[in-house]
Amino acid sequence: MSDASVPTGAGAPRARLMGVPGPDGRFGEFGGRFVPESLVPACVELSSAFDEAWGDPSFHEELDGLLTTYAGRPTPVTECRRLSEQLGVRVLMKREDLAHTGSHKINNVLGQALLARRMGKQRLVAETGAGQHGVASATAAALLGLRCVVYMGEVDVARQELNVFRMRLLGAEVRPVSSGSRTLKDAVNEALRDWVATVETTHYCIGSVMGPHPYPYMVRELQRVVGDEAREQCREVLGGADPDVVVACIGGGSNAAGTFAGFVDTRSALVGVEAAGGAALGSGVPGVVHGMRSMFLQDEDGQILEAHSISAGLDYPGIGPEHAQLAAVGRATYHSVGDDEVLDAFRTLAATEGIIPALEPAHAVAWLLRAARTGEVPPGSTVLLTMSGRGDKDVAQVMEMQS
Amino acid sequence: MTGPGTHQVGALEARLRERRDAGSKLVVPYLTGGLDGEWIDTLRALAAAGADAIEVGIPFSDPVMDGPTIQEASERALRSGTTRHSILDALRGADVDVPIAVMTYYNLVARAGHRRSASELAAAGVAGAILPDLPLDEAGPWLAAADEAGVATVLLAAPTTPDDRLAAIGARSRGFLYAVGLLGVTGERRELAASARAIAARCMAVTDLPVLVGVGVSNAAQARELCEVADGVVVGSALVRRLLDGAGPKGAGEFLAELRAAVDG
Repeated sequence: MSDASVPTGAGAPRARLMGVPGPDGRFGEFGGRFVPESLVPACVELSSAFDEAWGDPSFHEELDGLLTTYAGRPTPVTECRRLSEQLGVRVLMKREDLAHTGSHKINNVLGQALLARRMGKQRLVAETGAGQHGVASATAAALLGLRCVVYMGEVDVARQELNVFRMRLLGAEVRPVSSGSRTLKDAVNEALRDWVATVETTHYCIGSVMGPHPYPYMVRELQRVVGDEAREQCREVLGGADPDVVVACIGGGSNAAGTFAGFVDTRSALVGVEAAGGAALGSGVPGVVHGMRSMFLQDEDGQILEAHSISAGLDYPGIGPEHAQLAAVGRATYHSVGDDEVLDAFRTLAATEGIIPALEPAHAVAWLLRAARTGEVPPGSTVLLTMSGRGDKDVAQVMEMQS
Repeated sequence: MTGPGTHQVGALEARLRERRDAGSKLVVPYLTGGLDGEWIDTLRALAAAGADAIEVGIPFSDPVMDGPTIQEASERALRSGTTRHSILDALRGADVDVPIAVMTYYNLVARAGHRRSASELAAAGVAGAILPDLPLDEAGPWLAAADEAGVATVLLAAPTTPDDRLAAIGARSRGFLYAVGLLGVTGERRELAASARAIAARCMAVTDLPVLVGVGVSNAAQARELCEVADGVVVGSALVRRLLDGAGPKGAGEFLAELRAAVDG
């Protein structure tokens, strides 16, 4: 990409980005550990437990074994020939939709469930929006013989009933949340309230690169397998080169963080795509909620606003703190797309590539369609897009919207 | 041990120490600001019925330390248009003779800026601030601004807090030390948690500040029992539930008088 209109990694302070944060869990001015006193010791304990496990070859051996023989890793990179022809850019897709349980969420929960067991905790609590993280958590709990409670906003319970049924089949208890906006934000609140009361026996299995330290760091590390694999796979396809643009969708931002971690020290431009109604980086301001300083949609008083998106997984008014840092230093750029563009992208990808995307990564596809059309991604560019999950869970919702 | 000589003693701490040193147990009720149209009358009724200080909640959209009762009160207040400023304006004109501490979440003071928030509290006559999602490790910038404005920041100690950390929290708290009586969110409990007496005793051992136990203190009998091991209690959900059920200022005053009588008896 000779005349890149999307900023690249050149000149950015690359070595210091996406590394190991200090004990205060800061990513620049973002991050930290803003939790009730009851939870501080648990966060400290988790931090050392993760550091210890992450430096222990036997932990990696067990996790890698599960990722390979249970979750189906490595996931392939697919060259999207028909879409590429249509857009005039070369599109490669990292196929997290082919991982067990249908999304990248399994990478994180297998790591956290193994860690919970290592810490002697027998119960997992999780929040979920679209249900993908809830399903993944319930799956990991079933696999390792842990109890699992999933909090899910009532609005999401209604629009993702298939995933609710899946979680119950997997042995998890799904607790609908009726407070606030009754979506992902409120599910996080309720999971935190549970954890405050049960912290001695329970691990809070956070589903994204958010929350108090060490979660944003830990979840990024557990997801970096996406980016690390994709980088090698792209080099094979592209004759040793990295893609010009790397794009992923963002709610809290875990698939994007995992993807970006593999490319942050290359010249690839990194692009995150938010839902227009939940664009914490597009319309948010700095704040402190859910244990972290990051960017949030909020009013002048500091009350958190409700996000609105067709996608339950992106219906979150904040974003992981490391994304806030990547945006602040200019290493990644963040864009938003509206529901209509997303539905269009959903159909386009299905019809041109035979891949029905989840509504979340359909946001990344929607941005790509737009950016290729406007020239923001110039003709002839190479693009890696992380297909973070498959669309089975969304087909009924889209069908209903069509009728 | 932190004696009163090591820092500037504000109105909240001065009043609580004075009452405690005179041999009285301390009762501090919690009231959600803007809960209804007569909440300032409720505040006055609580003062008249013998509250030693009053916690006023500034409602937040995402109150993770609060159970269903205070969540409902917060939502009700926010729906009726309550803001930080409307509460502070009302407090400025309230003219009650007991110290007021606001209880809110960190984002509300961070959003406006630490110095501005702290000076706005002081200007409204607020003597203390309790921010349950701002642990000691992250509190530095806020504590500096609050100290400068003369607002006492009350820190919380939890049953899971280790000893060395508890000592540091006791040393940095101002006004009083808030002993969280159980692992969990605010709300009434039928039985007093065993952890309540334990954390109260541990707090009493590390500080000379008044130690008040809150979270899960639900009735007069529980308040009396805790006053055997602590300097006093904070009672929130039990009062707020009565107000949600329509008790009004009169009912609130009666409940406070009941608590008062139990701990004085």
